[in-house]
Amino acid sequence: MSGYLLRRLLIAVPSVIGISIVLFTVLALAPGDPFEELATNPAIPPEVRANLRAQFGLDDPVAVRYARWFGSMLQGDWGFSFASRIDVDDLILQRLPVTLFVIGMSQVFALAVALPVGVYSATRPYSIFDQIANTLAFIGFSLPTFFTGILFILFFSIYLDWLPFVYRADIAETGWRWYWEHLRQSIMPIAVLGLFQGASWTRYVRSAVLDVIRLDYVTTARSKGLAERVVIVKHVVRNALIPVVTLVALQMPAVFGGAIVTEQIFRVPGIGSLLISAIQANDTPVIMAVTFVFAILVIFFNLLADVLYGWLDPRISYR
Amino acid sequence: MNEQELRQLIAKVKAGTLSRRAFVRMMVGMGLTAPLAAQMLAYSGLAHAQPASAYKPTKRGGGGTLKCLWWQGATLLNPHFAVGTKDQEGSRIFYEPLAGWDADGNLVAMLAAEIPTQQNGGLARDGMSVIWKLKKGVQWHDGKPFTADDVVFNWEYATDPAVAAVSVGSYRDIKVEKLDSHTVKVIFQKPTPYWADAFVGVRGMLIPKHLFENFRGAKSREAPTNLKPVGTGPYKFVDFKPGDMVRGTINTAYHEPNKPHFDAIEMKGGGDAISAARAVLQTGEFDYAWNIQVEDEILLRLEESGKGRSEITPGANIEHIQLNNTDPWTEVDGERSSATTKHPLFSDPAVRRAMAMLVDRAAVQKHIYGRTGIATGNFLNNPPRFTSKNTRWEFNVEKANQLLDAAGWKRGADGIRVKDGRKLKLLYQTSINAPRQKNQAIVKQACQKAGIEVEVKAVTASVYFSSDVANPDTYTKFYCDMQMYTTTMPQADPGVFMNQFCSWEIAAKANKWQGRNITRWKSEEYDKAYRGAESELDPVKRAALFIRMNDLVIENQVVVPVVYRPRVSSVAKRLRAPLSGWDNDFWNLRDWYREG
Repeated sequence: MSGYLLRRLLIAVPSVIGISIVLFTVLALAPGDPFEELATNPAIPPEVRANLRAQFGLDDPVAVRYARWFGSMLQGDWGFSFASRIDVDDLILQRLPVTLFVIGMSQVFALAVALPVGVYSATRPYSIFDQIANTLAFIGFSLPTFFTGILFILFFSIYLDWLPFVYRADIAETGWRWYWEHLRQSIMPIAVLGLFQGASWTRYVRSAVLDVIRLDYVTTARSKGLAERVVIVKHVVRNALIPVVTLVALQMPAVFGGAIVTEQIFRVPGIGSLLISAIQANDTPVIMAVTFVFAILVIFFNLLADVLYGWLDPRISYR
Repeated sequence: MNEQELRQLIAKVKAGTLSRRAFVRMMVGMGLTAPLAAQMLAYSGLAHAQPASAYKPTKRGGGGTLKCLWWQGATLLNPHFAVGTKDQEGSRIFYEPLAGWDADGNLVAMLAAEIPTQQNGGLARDGMSVIWKLKKGVQWHDGKPFTADDVVFNWEYATDPAVAAVSVGSYRDIKVEKLDSHTVKVIFQKPTPYWADAFVGVRGMLIPKHLFENFRGAKSREAPTNLKPVGTGPYKFVDFKPGDMVRGTINTAYHEPNKPHFDAIEMKGGGDAISAARAVLQTGEFDYAWNIQVEDEILLRLEESGKGRSEITPGANIEHIQLNNTDPWTEVDGERSSATTKHPLFSDPAVRRAMAMLVDRAAVQKHIYGRTGIATGNFLNNPPRFTSKNTRWEFNVEKANQLLDAAGWKRGADGIRVKDGRKLKLLYQTSINAPRQKNQAIVKQACQKAGIEVEVKAVTASVYFSSDVANPDTYTKFYCDMQMYTTTMPQADPGVFMNQFCSWEIAAKANKWQGRNITRWKSEEYDKAYRGAESELDPVKRAALFIRMNDLVIENQVVVPVVYRPRVSSVAKRLRAPLSGWDNDFWNLRDWYREG
């Protein structure tokens, strides 16, 4: 097992380097310039721009810039943002907790919806409940998050005036009011992300449970006279969830991607909105760092999925 | 309008038969900026008493939190690095200049004890120097006194090439001397009519010497105060998350009595303009939203909820169509649109004149921009409540047809006009932006009726406005016949703005297309007028020169102005926020208050 892990981690290294090379080249080839605003403002002499470009090393060839970036990255130096001139790791650390909170909560919420609904639908396939759940699930994962986000804002914030739609990371309240305000402003982004994810998981849980529920060992359990609850919870769900766990782990990176849009809509100051504003400002070091973090997350969760699968399903062994 | 007529108008103001404000508006209608108009009056001995502040509250604080929404958050808080308005505004909460510009173009003292004039000995008669008296008893937020040393330091800091400050343009041609602890002298290299640039307005915000002096030169990035500003402004720094939130709390030692009104201020960033307008106008979650570039139709609908209003602040940004003077279809020495060529169609003045008549500005205003884009015939602009006497515009397809007929452009079998084997076919480009595409359609339709075929092209904004030398689609390359965009005037004085028609500014391969003259128009008369304005000390003569420059550009159809675009902000119903088109939104934050 540990040998397998080590091998996987070693394979991950070249893929991370490959990803970084591709990212860097694409960014270097893309049009735009972090000091564009300087160029269009007649009050700023062109020397300032030339000076800044030289200072930040933007005039060197791509290969040299990449080597420099990679070198400092190895020493743990992520560089600094051209727009705000502070260190990129500080920027990301400032934003990460909010993203982790919102994404974490939305995943918990998605599971809380998907598990009971999926299992219940599977135990009563083609019943009214199953039909309704299915329809809603289809609607849920067909609607993109940017659409449901705006829909939620129009309904809950503007029409009903219940919830605020501008997320504020630092709320001036203390004590229980702080929690209350945080909850109020997080409901919509969490619900938007959670429902989208929950909808597809519901379908997945349902089919996984349906696969298992027809197997002989379930019939055996039933014939032993076990209560239906026990059969479902202890015998069926346990086995059905193995592929679901892998799926959840594999989909984590996609969730981070979806969070980018949601963060922008609700003004959640997470790394997603950091990435968007960095792209708008052509702030290469920040774009590099954030996309790199996403790439590492993808690799990590892939590995996690494989390991978890083997741990949950003893039939699989690693060599 | 010539110098003589201007003098007569000023005499009328002196005699009291014409109000100051009406005079300023008239000048502005003529294509001058309000600050320049105010300067003309001051020079003629009509110095304005400091405009009375409309601030009502009688005690400091008690106004709660002022919540502002910027759909692009501030990313840094050092005014000398602040390129975009978002960063300037974030810095302006904490830092102040010696003086700011109000909506009518008057200088309003902030850290200066008084505005320099010739009468009080502040302005030298030869235009070679200005003496600023600083306000006494002003403290930085950390309790240290504000003195002339700080002012001198800001000049040194901004001009240090290793700092690469974006404010250098306002400081590099001056010398600053300390006369005593609260007086500084700004010395120019040559007679300078526009003296109120350094230490004034956007580029004038002052940073404290004692916190920045150890971080000069290449170390400037490391200064902790870059992120934790210590200024003299009405609010003290609390917290800053780049791109997301700037927070401040009341400065109880502020140098003006009873100010500020609010106990705290928040400037939240991110999102988009429409939802920012919603948060102020519809849900009332926020008090103020900046730069609301939203279709007027939507704004009007949001305002119906009655929670707020749109404030339209006249400035000098102008959406205009440029007609290429050079040939974009022939390559000379590796560049198209080379200044050595002539445009095959636009070299005929009749075609240019017809083109100017085919832009239906009234329709553009009515159907696209509403209150946020006002039809105009001038290039140097402001609200045309009094339209210029020199320039006029009309939309007239029939007349355009007659003009082209008379010039020998005959319609071919396909309805497109031809002369000497050249077809009237034009490529018209702009950036991708819904109102601009509608605008293109309106022009294209009118041209069709006049027998001109227009092909429209739209380029992604990030490419179009980039300075990428390798890309053929940038606006500075101008590889097409006509193009449209908004040019902004970042300074209160039209001096820098109007250099975009000077022959030495022509964008070309040699200057990597960084020259500001995109239309590649050459006019000896214009160049002469511009050179004259650079050293003309008499503001009245100088104004006459700028009017002449504007008229030259319009008479020769170098550009076809479409609409001028004022700044639009969303403001909560009870908030009183004095805004100005010549300075930042927060230029007078100390006077913001909420009505009881």
